[in-house]
Amino acid sequence: MSDVVERTLSVLPGLLGQHDPGAGPGGGGPGRASATSRLGSLIRSITALTSKHEEEKLIQQELTSLKAAVSAPTTTLRLMKECMVRLIYCEMLGYESSFGYIHAIKLAQQGNLLEKRVGYLAVSLFLHENHDLLLLLVNTVVKDLQSTNLVEVCMALTIVSQIFPREMIPAVLPLIEDKLQHSKEIIRRKAVQALYKFYLIAPNQVQHIHDKFRKALCDRDAGVMAASLHIYLQMIKENSSGYKDLTGSFVTILKQVVGGKLPIDFNYHSVPAPWLQIQLLRILRLLGKDDLRTSELMYDVLDESLRRAEINHNITYAILSECVQTIYTIYPNSELLEKAAKCIGKFVLSPKINLKYLGLKALTYVIQQDPNLALQHQMTIIECLDHPDPIVKRETLELLYRITNGQNVIVIVQKMLDYLKESKEEYAIINLVGKIAELWFIQTMNAVFSVGGDLVHTDIPNNFLRLLAEGFDDGKEDGKLRMYAVKSYLALLEEDDALYPQKFLQVMSWVLGEYSSLVTDVDPEVILTKLHSLLKKTFVTSETKVWIMAAVTKIASRTSCSKAVDEIIQEFSNSLDTCMRQYAFELKNLSEDKVLMKNLLPFDASCSDMVVDASLSFLDGFVAEGLGRGAAPYKPHHQRQEEKLSQEKALNFEPYRLSFASSVSSSGITGRQSPTGLSFGSDTSVNSAETGHKETSTLKLEGVQKLWGKEGYLPKKESKEGKEKEPQTVSCGTLSAGHVVDPPALRSDQVASISEEEKEKQQLASTLFIGLGSNAGVSLMGKAETATQKFKRKSKINEIQHFGPLLDTGPINVEDSEGSLHTRLRKASLSSSDIVEDNLAFEMPQSLRKPGLDERLSDNRLSQSSLFADSNIEIFQPSPSAHCESASKTPFVPSLPEELEELTHSEVVELCQSDALALYLCKVWTDDSLLLTLFVSNKTIAVLNAVNLVFEEAEHFQILESPCYQFPAIEAESVERCQKCVWMDKICTQGVLSGSVNYQSEVETRLNFSIALSLMDFIRPMEMTTEDFGKLWLSLSNDVKQNIKMSSSQDSLPAALNTLQQKLKLHIVDVIGNEGILACQLLPSVPCLLHCRTHSGMLALWFRSPCSALPDGLLYQCQKVMEES
Amino acid sequence: MIKAILIFNNHGKPRLSKFYQRYSEDTQQQVIRETFHLVSKRDENVCNFLEGGLLIGGSDNKLIYRHYATLYFVFCVDSSESELGILDLIQVFVETLDKCFENVCELDLIFHVDKVHNILAEMVMGGMVLETNMNEIVTQIDAQNKLEKSEAGLAGAPARAVSAVKNMNLPEIPRNINIGDISIKVPNLPSFR
Repeated sequence: MSDVVERTLSVLPGLLGQHDPGAGPGGGGPGRASATSRLGSLIRSITALTSKHEEEKLIQQELTSLKAAVSAPTTTLRLMKECMVRLIYCEMLGYESSFGYIHAIKLAQQGNLLEKRVGYLAVSLFLHENHDLLLLLVNTVVKDLQSTNLVEVCMALTIVSQIFPREMIPAVLPLIEDKLQHSKEIIRRKAVQALYKFYLIAPNQVQHIHDKFRKALCDRDAGVMAASLHIYLQMIKENSSGYKDLTGSFVTILKQVVGGKLPIDFNYHSVPAPWLQIQLLRILRLLGKDDLRTSELMYDVLDESLRRAEINHNITYAILSECVQTIYTIYPNSELLEKAAKCIGKFVLSPKINLKYLGLKALTYVIQQDPNLALQHQMTIIECLDHPDPIVKRETLELLYRITNGQNVIVIVQKMLDYLKESKEEYAIINLVGKIAELWFIQTMNAVFSVGGDLVHTDIPNNFLRLLAEGFDDGKEDGKLRMYAVKSYLALLEEDDALYPQKFLQVMSWVLGEYSSLVTDVDPEVILTKLHSLLKKTFVTSETKVWIMAAVTKIASRTSCSKAVDEIIQEFSNSLDTCMRQYAFELKNLSEDKVLMKNLLPFDASCSDMVVDASLSFLDGFVAEGLGRGAAPYKPHHQRQEEKLSQEKALNFEPYRLSFASSVSSSGITGRQSPTGLSFGSDTSVNSAETGHKETSTLKLEGVQKLWGKEGYLPKKESKEGKEKEPQTVSCGTLSAGHVVDPPALRSDQVASISEEEKEKQQLASTLFIGLGSNAGVSLMGKAETATQKFKRKSKINEIQHFGPLLDTGPINVEDSEGSLHTRLRKASLSSSDIVEDNLAFEMPQSLRKPGLDERLSDNRLSQSSLFADSNIEIFQPSPSAHCESASKTPFVPSLPEELEELTHSEVVELCQSDALALYLCKVWTDDSLLLTLFVSNKTIAVLNAVNLVFEEAEHFQILESPCYQFPAIEAESVERCQKCVWMDKICTQGVLSGSVNYQSEVETRLNFSIALSLMDFIRPMEMTTEDFGKLWLSLSNDVKQNIKMSSSQDSLPAALNTLQQKLKLHIVDVIGNEGILACQLLPSVPCLLHCRTHSGMLALWFRSPCSALPDGLLYQCQKVMEES
Repeated sequence: MIKAILIFNNHGKPRLSKFYQRYSEDTQQQVIRETFHLVSKRDENVCNFLEGGLLIGGSDNKLIYRHYATLYFVFCVDSSESELGILDLIQVFVETLDKCFENVCELDLIFHVDKVHNILAEMVMGGMVLETNMNEIVTQIDAQNKLEKSEAGLAGAPARAVSAVKNMNLPEIPRNINIGDISIKVPNLPSFR
């Protein structure tokens, strides 16, 4: 034990004698002395121990006595509190004390403030979200939330935001919502934090309070506002396009914070609310990404942030670094980029290691956009390569990894390998090995595999093998590479006692099996013997053995007869490992029929696609024969189950049960079957000679297909390898380039005499940074180039987009004249509800919708929404932008063709337009999908060629067929139409499908658009009989229940059902008394059943569906329509 | 988000551990051990950031730590936190402890684990930074302590004595809600036939 602990021990008795070590202001109280002394003696004895074993014994003793103490009926709450503290200590050391959990909950329930607090603390440390005991705490939390004592409320809110069971959220949600109006700022703030937690674990349940989040954002206390930013950051991360309207508000807030308009309390080292600034900068970053209009709003404030953050303190650097990242993420602005680049320079050159590290990180981040920046700092980067801090070193390698190209790959890989050899950290090895693997080389790979061993990610050997098998353009080079690989592996296997990692052995055996016949001067018998001896080794795992067996089989197919093969067959036919035994038998049977074996295992066919008859049509004859003999036709599992159910119970008097078999049956409900009417499962029951062979081929396929599938093919990698094949020429090139580069580097350093070491470094620099930027030699001078090529090109596009209207920012511009933040925020919040409205009531003409909204505006309770109302703040007015002029002119609106006109459809709305082209959308709700009909109208007087429409991949939606559509030509002033069917893949109540349209007029132009889709777009009525409903109901397990109040206008069941039928397209199956059942389906065919019952003005809804998220989503919609009507 | 906050001494003995994301008991101990292993190896003149260990969640996570005399303060955070921001948050935390305990030392942390947790709860709630103003935190803690003390002192006295110090300006007692609906009747299925 060190002297520190000894000192600690020496003072301990004295401190204990005083009753109050550390003398906390809150200390004291009669119970403390004994608790401290008991805890004290425990700790004292623990520190006196010398071994882990002794500690274990002591703690077990302690736990036994604690167990007796807590369960004794005479134990007072005060004593219990002391026990809890000791239990917390034991748990912290890693000793389980589950017997105390229930007592912690009891203490939180019954104790006075002090005891309650310890109880809550113990609960939050002991239990986790899914712990059963947590349910017992719910009532206590509810009680404390209603308490008039602020401390109790705070404690309850804290525990809720730490651990709370997901299913119990409805029990406390209304209480917490109420707390948002609490007079005390701290309560409001904690309530917001608790809601954030709910948003994280159950976003569907807090959907209805999004308005309240906005109110929290506008809270008069900046602390509450800051808390609400957590929620917004999360929501914007998930869907940035939905919150663009808030950009102005965030910018204004940041402007005020930066300008020092917050109370002085918020300052930290005289920097105003730095953490708040960081949070806001992160939000702006997400909002402004790839979006010119939104980014333009924030240029000013970013500039000011950069300017203000000049004080030399750690925290200002934090703000600066966030600023820089934001500037590089949002739509580029050359002026800001220049400043940001300077900032990065400051970081990189800083003597403080933390800043240097962050500077390198920032460089890594921006390097792809602006490679010249790396050139400016190349000498610093070289120095960092030899930095004593391995973390800095690693970050530097990461940076180099990003700038790797064909010319500097060897040097960079070498540097990485050097690092790898020094490093002993698992994490670093895994990380780096992945990078090197991408940067390639067989020999490098061998080194990597032996050093990295089994820690190597499985993808790496797979990718490596794929590269080897797919080969390059040049067949001869391929052969050489493969031969080289085979030879190197044979050489490695020569060493008898060498221990290789499993993954490496697997790679070796695959390569030997596939390509060993390329090497003509080695007898296959020798290879087989080697593999055989490998099989006998004990360190080889059974997985690897399977790989080796496969290799043996492949080699055996190419040799006439082999002693080694016979031996292997004999040895493993009796193996206890069933897998090995099967392989041995296969090998035996196959080697009896050489012709079949050759056909089965063709040489170098690992890349050719195998055709697998998934429908098993070759079994049709067999099935027909079976049916002819009177066998029952195959029924899918769910059908069998349903039949069984219906047979077993003619009358079901039991209440609905929870059924856990739904996962199987849910997929069955779709009624999809294989083309021949056979299910895939049937092959296991069939056994014939033919299938036997087929099976062997599938077995081979397994090993092969997984690795060599065409998808995921990386052409970039290949080009690198192509270059690697002439390493000599490359290194020559780098050397000569180094000479060319040297002189300017000298000048830039302005050092008269340069030491050898320096020269070496510069040499290294020139090899590392070769091929970066347009002209490496010039860039070495360190002159900053204001805009890189990429930006120039980008800004060209933005000039065109300039005139395009941007739907989402419309509202902000319109009421700029009103000028007050107050109204701006209010408008902003409304315009988002406008979007929601859009989805639900698409049919309503727009002119009708607006007044309705204005009404809501007038009675909206956002009156107290002005920010920081106490301090008088001048409000920032964004300069009115001149972009929205063209938005108003709409030449004409296209209409649907007749065949679609008859189906239910939405209004035709404009998605985006430029001066050449306009895009309109009409949603058509067909029975089996959502049909998006897009109209492209050519507004020019010339033909538009090659208009391309591309949808981006969306998380929640699936576009059937292809996500692209090309119009070869659109005649002047005419409209073309295309249709896309969309399904909802992952359930969400609101989602956005975005895409772009490309066309070629004078320049290549791209217009972005996004389409808001709601769950209701994908819900269709589902017709069924009451009987079917009953059966289906039993088979579904995910249920959600909720009571909702019925408004006076529709307090009868029929009225409510009517509303649901009309607004939500639910199908009413049956109505009996005060109960009704409804059914609907989510396209393509996920059913959702609803049981409704009315009682005393309440409507009890009960949903069931095979999909767990669907009921939540539908419930939300139901609540919405019931409230509205 | 802050995933975990760990305090241990130079020998790796944990002094405080708070996890904001669920880890099993065993994993927690492993995380503490691994973190100590990573952090203790570092020299004094290197940066305060570490890429996450394997257990705490891989490449998205990072460890940000400070070393004060006998104690290491380590925050495990994900990529949505600013490194330098957290570094200063640790400073705020330690300064706050110093104010609350008057010259804080390792012993205070051992004997007042619960109090340290309370202070932490005022700063970080559910893994998110709640308050960064030191004075505000100290005020909150003091107010709570006072309240608790008075209640403890009055233990056994009538509740109304305590209520004098309690905040009474709640607009109204929140309405009672029932958990789920127990009264919902299970629909009798055969009746539909």
